[in-house]
Amino acid sequence: MADQERHLQTRFEHMDIPDRAGVGLRHPHIPAFVRERPPAAWLEVHTENYVGAGGPRLQALEKIRQDYPLSCHGVGLSLGSAEGLDKGHLARIRAVIDRFQPGLVSEHVSWSVTGGVYLNDLLPLPYTDEALDIICRNIEHAQEALGRQILVENPSSYVSFKSSTMPEWEFMAAIVKRTGCGLLLDVNNIHVSAHNHRFDANAYLDAVPLDKVQEIHVAGHFVQHFADEDGTDRVILIDDHGTHVEPAVWALFRRALERIGPTPTLVEWDNNIPDLDVLLSEARKAELILSSVRAQHSSMANVHVA
Amino acid sequence: MSTLLDIQEAFRVGVLGDNDLPARGFIVEDEISSDRRVGIYRNNTLISLSKALAACYPVVERLVGERFFDHAARAFVKGHPPRQPQLLAYGGGFAAFLDGFAPARSVPYLGDVARLEWARNEALFADEAPLVDIAALQRVPADRYGALRFRLHPSVRIVRSSWPVQSIWQVNQADEVEPVDLDQGGETVLVMRPASKVVSHGLTAGDDTLLMAIAGGATLEEAAVKAAEIDERFDLQHALVAHLQRGTFSAVSLETNRGTAE
Repeated sequence: MADQERHLQTRFEHMDIPDRAGVGLRHPHIPAFVRERPPAAWLEVHTENYVGAGGPRLQALEKIRQDYPLSCHGVGLSLGSAEGLDKGHLARIRAVIDRFQPGLVSEHVSWSVTGGVYLNDLLPLPYTDEALDIICRNIEHAQEALGRQILVENPSSYVSFKSSTMPEWEFMAAIVKRTGCGLLLDVNNIHVSAHNHRFDANAYLDAVPLDKVQEIHVAGHFVQHFADEDGTDRVILIDDHGTHVEPAVWALFRRALERIGPTPTLVEWDNNIPDLDVLLSEARKAELILSSVRAQHSSMANVHVA
Repeated sequence: MSTLLDIQEAFRVGVLGDNDLPARGFIVEDEISSDRRVGIYRNNTLISLSKALAACYPVVERLVGERFFDHAARAFVKGHPPRQPQLLAYGGGFAAFLDGFAPARSVPYLGDVARLEWARNEALFADEAPLVDIAALQRVPADRYGALRFRLHPSVRIVRSSWPVQSIWQVNQADEVEPVDLDQGGETVLVMRPASKVVSHGLTAGDDTLLMAIAGGATLEEAAVKAAEIDERFDLQHALVAHLQRGTFSAVSLETNRGTAE
């Protein structure tokens, strides 16, 4: 066992995720990452895309993993399912983690599975004591089965529930406190949900336990206009990861970083996937903000030393 | 008193159905209606799963066009949503669904083209395995060949159709589609991924019988006898060389008096 662990520890050169900007690894970009080793500080994959038994996709990730720190971001565990977690799926995720040894493993505060059906979307939870008990139990189950701490991501949502008894930030804080999991702070999701449910995005930042944030996501969203019954223009923001990051989301990102300090940051782009150059230039924008915050932090540290 | 399970069941019905009614009672409504809000989730689910099917069935989509495919895919998703949270395993039932899909009746080979594409998808994600080493086989004495037992590569799939399904698939790989004579008869297709690419080959009836017998544990001689019964022109040597070159087999063993040698 000790030998096996040592082997696991030494299989890849790049283990920890740096406090820099990474990008989500998407299928159209895989050949470029295999051949050219483009400049991204780290990569994140959707864990479920790599649960196959074999084949070129796994072979490619095996090669790419030699060159980049990796994070595994799950979309299928359904941590909020009232019926509990799927043990078979947990075992598949564990196998991916054992093979690729990611620096971070994350999932969502949402649900996708009910009645044995997988709806392939991140569906919202009511913020109740019952839902809190259920998701905490499921997170504990996941951390035990995966043999490590996971991060959970704050959701974007389009509905809120009559039965909710607490705001989302309180629900998130309680999860972290009870399960010892970390936070993946998605600032685009905060922006989207703040608009859709009319809360103050900055107040959200003030209320979540920022000291538990180990990763940040930024992404683009879609601004959907529609006319309601009396012809008034209404807007819903849709978290489609399908375009550039909005200035308001960059501003929220900077604000979060100023509070937390430099943190691994990922640019997610899942729909209308652009050329790799466009994605990498979006990551450079994140990198610039990270650098400027890093400079502020180190000068503040110098002041303390003096 | 609503429980989380009630809400989740209501969402499942509302997302896979046509309206938000099952979920409406749980949702806060303001100037944006519950139907519009639930509709966003319904769209996400139907669009993302239809896209997953389109990625798996590009030739089916090309044969019927994008709009028709999307219509068929959404109907399939609603009736047969994924049972597992891994999209690379989703869509295996689409061929059988298309067989019974009334609007597709004028394209009677559509289901079989879907079967071939699903076999390619399965082969793509199948387990890795080494290929049989031809040099090692050459050390086997000629009179012992009949006693060899081969194991099929884990990616091997065989698709049998009464339509020229491989020809239809093949012509649809080009930008300009050459016509296929639908009366030319059926085709049996061997699909596999010996290295990183999925490949397919036409199989004769004898060859099909040979591989099925081998998959069932028969020795080469037993399998060859069955193949010759089905197909009098079956040529074992020719078939065996072709399979060794393609990488159809991942292991071989020889039963000797002292046991089995790999």
